[in-house]
Amino acid sequence: MEINLEDIFQNKIDNEVKIEPRDWMPEKYRKTLIRQISQHAHSEIVGMLPEGNWITRAPNLRRKVALLAKVQDEAGHGLYLYSAAETLGMTRDEMYNELHTGKAKYSSIFNYPTLSWADMGAIGWLVDGAAIMNQVPLCRTSYGPYARAMVRVCKEESFHQRQGYEIMMSLCNGTPEQKTMAQDALNRWWWPSIMMFGPNDDNSPNSAQSMKWKIKRFSNDELRQKFIDVTIPQAELLGLTVPDKDLKWNEARGHYDFGIINWDEFNNVVAGNGPCNKQRLKARVDAWNNGEWVRDAANAYAQKRKNRVKSGQQAA
Amino acid sequence: MNKEEITFQYLLHLGDNSLILGQRIAEWCGHGPILEQDIALTNISLDLFGESRNIYQYAAQLKGDNHTEDSLAFLRDVLEFKNVLLVEQPNIDWAYTICRQFFFDTFHFYLQHELLKSKDERIVEIANKAIKESAYHLKWSSEWMIRLGDGTEISHQKIQNAVNDLWEFTGELFIPSEIETLAYQSGIGADLNNIKQLWHEKVKAILDEATIQIPTNDFFQKGGKNGIHSEHLGFVLAEMQYLQRVHPGAEW
Amino acid sequence: MNQNEWPLWEVFIRAKQGLSHKHVGSLHAADYQMAIENARDVYTRRMEGVSIWVVESNNLYANEPNEQDALFEPATDKIYRHPTFYVLPEELNHM
Repeated sequence: MEINLEDIFQNKIDNEVKIEPRDWMPEKYRKTLIRQISQHAHSEIVGMLPEGNWITRAPNLRRKVALLAKVQDEAGHGLYLYSAAETLGMTRDEMYNELHTGKAKYSSIFNYPTLSWADMGAIGWLVDGAAIMNQVPLCRTSYGPYARAMVRVCKEESFHQRQGYEIMMSLCNGTPEQKTMAQDALNRWWWPSIMMFGPNDDNSPNSAQSMKWKIKRFSNDELRQKFIDVTIPQAELLGLTVPDKDLKWNEARGHYDFGIINWDEFNNVVAGNGPCNKQRLKARVDAWNNGEWVRDAANAYAQKRKNRVKSGQQAA
Repeated sequence: MNKEEITFQYLLHLGDNSLILGQRIAEWCGHGPILEQDIALTNISLDLFGESRNIYQYAAQLKGDNHTEDSLAFLRDVLEFKNVLLVEQPNIDWAYTICRQFFFDTFHFYLQHELLKSKDERIVEIANKAIKESAYHLKWSSEWMIRLGDGTEISHQKIQNAVNDLWEFTGELFIPSEIETLAYQSGIGADLNNIKQLWHEKVKAILDEATIQIPTNDFFQKGGKNGIHSEHLGFVLAEMQYLQRVHPGAEW
Repeated sequence: MNQNEWPLWEVFIRAKQGLSHKHVGSLHAADYQMAIENARDVYTRRMEGVSIWVVESNNLYANEPNEQDALFEPATDKIYRHPTFYVLPEELNHM
């Protein structure tokens, strides 16, 4: 019987029929999705912090409202994704708990510090650019609520990368100090952005199963290559130098060749040793703990009001 | 002082309130008590920044001299800022933030109503847009006042403390500066006396529903409208203006 | 686990007059007022709506997925419910 259900399930996936919350699904599919979607949601929420760091210091009012709206979008995206994960039977509080206790991961890139205004440009251009590469195929992922959340996310995300690139353009067309700031930001964000696509395919144990279930549709290396290929001309247009001496166009492959990724650094940051891991997690835990009395108050008031309505009805 | 100068100075009163409060609540972004309320507060911040931009753009146009919304926001120093003391007070916690917001929203909402009567068309236009926003802000902060006041014992205590502490900054809202008096007399500005009455009625109604005691002290801090601020504003500006100060004349 | 999580609400938005409300997602709120306001802030930031419905998720009832066939199969062979079932002369172009 079990085998039969699994066949029906795989058959649906093969025929591009979406899986919906109450449909039968293998336990491992459910677990994989909860892990991936909640990790994605956590990345949005933790990702608010490095950019949030610059809202109060944005250099003019136009930039300030654009950045604030962008960080707010990230909160919205986190919310859409938590909602999608909740349809799989885990509450948002439970997901938070995993984040706060270090059990759940989020994208490592947010463990790097934002040191200058140019980092707002570099993050929008590179980090959002890399995220979009990952996210566009997810709009067709096999789990319905996740795919629908991603459609919404992608629709809204498109302004983020443009905003980042525009910031970089202003800096590159600005004073020598501004241009230096832009180059420095590219130097610091380039490799972490490349690492965002995750380990090389031969080192990515869960990928094959995720591809079979159409949770994923492209491999890490495919997406990474695609990102590099579209980003290099954008860097050239800015007049900036990508910090990779091995980078060159390979006519035969029709792709850029690039240098060796420092996976030691990647693994270290994932393991909690990035420059801001502790600070980011603390900010989330503090926000949550400081908000507890607020959430409790709203609950208590809602309960009181319900009771008043009830006793009012009884009296009547 | 000619009419243009009065209008210009009056616009700074209006714009600085929205800018500084917008800046204060933007500090919350990413640190709210729950995702949904983080988003809500950011929306209010965006509305306030939007309003201050509309006001500064008009002010810059009146002033000429290459003034822009940004030169007004980023290149004036503490003594030239005309916002009330209330809006520059620190966030402290959700209770202080909500209370500060509620006191200001109530004022802001009735102020917009008064400004609809202004003889200055641009001011009417700006108020017309902002009034829908501040009506929503007021609804939102009123509901939170009630939730906190009539929520748990802890929340009741915290919001009562915030009301007690922030009360001394509410009087300034209705004590006209010289500019406000001139603006009112020339038909540009609002009659603060009208607003005062409405403000007290609304605040009393909400605090009553929230089971919060209205403070009885009637000593009020003032000075912000004349550029004499609390120590907080200097730090708000230092942070906000730093890039413009370090890179004079740069485009961003 | 904390038992005090704000309840989950399902959000339905009417994109413009003349269209029906459509499910857009969910959110957490302590009461319905807050749910409507949150829905406005979360799901209509880009002018996506003119009207909002919220309903607490635990008030929604759905059919069992294993009843799928019993509920929906019987409709598949009632082709006479569709206009194309009826053969009419070609001269009668638009009926």
